[in-house]
Amino acid sequence: MQYVMFVVVDPEGEPYVAADDDYAQWDADLEQRGVMLDKRRLRPADEATTVRVRGGELVVTDGPFTESKEWIAGFAVLDCADLDEAIAIARTHAMARFGRIELRPLAQANGEPLA
Amino acid sequence: MTRDADAANSDAATPDAATPDAATPDAATPIAATPDAAIPGTVAAAVSAAHAAEWSRIVASLIRVTRDWSLAEDAAQDAFAKALERWPVEGVPRNPGAWITTVARNGALDRIRRSANEALKMREVAMMDELDRPDREHDSGHDIDDDRLRLIFTCCHPALAIEARVALTLRTVAGLTTPEIARAFLVPEATMAQRLVRAKRKIQNAGIPYRVPPAELLDERLGGVLAVLYLVFNAGYTLTDDAAHDEALSTEAIRVGSLLTELLPRSASAHGLLALMLLQHARRAGRTDADGELVSLEDQDRSRWDALAIRRGLNALDASYRLEPEPDRYQALATIAACHATAASADATDYRRIAALYAGLAAADASPVVALNAAIARGMAEGAEAGLSAVDEVSASGALDGYYLVPAAQADFLRRLGRADAAGQRYDAAIALAPAGPERRYLERRRAALIAPPVE
Repeated sequence: MQYVMFVVVDPEGEPYVAADDDYAQWDADLEQRGVMLDKRRLRPADEATTVRVRGGELVVTDGPFTESKEWIAGFAVLDCADLDEAIAIARTHAMARFGRIELRPLAQANGEPLA
Repeated sequence: MTRDADAANSDAATPDAATPDAATPDAATPIAATPDAAIPGTVAAAVSAAHAAEWSRIVASLIRVTRDWSLAEDAAQDAFAKALERWPVEGVPRNPGAWITTVARNGALDRIRRSANEALKMREVAMMDELDRPDREHDSGHDIDDDRLRLIFTCCHPALAIEARVALTLRTVAGLTTPEIARAFLVPEATMAQRLVRAKRKIQNAGIPYRVPPAELLDERLGGVLAVLYLVFNAGYTLTDDAAHDEALSTEAIRVGSLLTELLPRSASAHGLLALMLLQHARRAGRTDADGELVSLEDQDRSRWDALAIRRGLNALDASYRLEPEPDRYQALATIAACHATAASADATDYRRIAALYAGLAAADASPVVALNAAIARGMAEGAEAGLSAVDEVSASGALDGYYLVPAAQADFLRRLGRADAAGQRYDAAIALAPAGPERRYLERRRAALIAPPVE
């Protein structure tokens, strides 16, 4: 199963403690295990641009598509045996504490999940 | 839901509610297999017994082999329907469980062969293999135990919404039908069907594994399983005007809880929860009068309590304390239930011990419902004055605003203090908030008794 792991900044998370942010260690572990297919960090949501076409008219707006205190700061693509393995990986990411993580199964062209 | 569930344990002063017929949990008829009147009693009993013994085994092994939850349920359901159709004519087979298992497996194989789903078709070989050893599970039982544990843990996976976990457990582990589950939780049948379909789709598509969690996850996952069982039990223990369904839910929870203690004999929490459910369930017959109206714990005829269930509950409680002398939440609640179940009369109840246990629970759990129960227990141990001020304190926190058991508890303590006017006002507030049904009628009777002094 392949999952996209969204790393979400969430003001309701526990207060940030720099000393507990062991992202580099987490990253190195996953690279070594070969379960991380891809990973990217995103620029902050206030630099987002939303694009819509309505009645043939282009509407471009400043900001993300939804007004929310939470925003996606980055993502990784994981290749796991099952959801439990993906949860085990997500729970050890520092942002599971300071923010939150969302796991989404990747779909194939026909909508079925990628095995 | 959680609030009502916890409220069912407010054993101290608040009304204690139940349904009229008591049965020992294991003897209860599984309602999914309830036959119609044309079926002879012996056949009906044989189908019921086979349903109770075999349903979860059959579904669990079919899911393992086919990976298709709906197919497994449908094949099992069809097999029981065939038994109801054929046993009255052909007689009950010598080994009813093996008969139904074989019919269900053959039915599953037929469905696989007819299916257009390629992934499912690939399961045909595995299914044939399974059919070649139909009696394996009746020999050692070990693999099948693993199957059923897999099923329970998967139904209760934390990635499923709590409502879905409860519904799925009742459908696949306990074998209730979708309309029965819908009725029990007061939602339209279509809503419940949709909830089950979504849950099964998520298991499949999100990659929720069909397995017993590994050792390092077992404790946190077991907690989730026990919470689901306790929710199911409490949904059946809270008195409504549909007594038969209430009771069926509670007995199913006890049955699955009992299965869990067999499968995980070293789990103190599993024994503790089973003890709690049995000790509460034992009082079921005493909780209502001949008209089905609620009787408070103090006024119950204790000879109507189920002595066998109390004995089983106390045994389970002993087992839990042998494994873990420091009680967790379920053990503590079970110990409170045991104090009630073993007291010769309301006056002889060890309220000091109950109050201490509730105080311990409140210290470990910030839930306002637990705080309310602790306050009520304190009143029963130390007197109505102390109880009233403790309940007032919980009320002042505002966390339980709109919850009828708060004014109900205040009314009860005010009544005991002889402050009839103030009690009447609190009863009015409780009546306005209480759900329609036995609990509200109970409060109305109490309110009326304040005005006209009871004849004694």
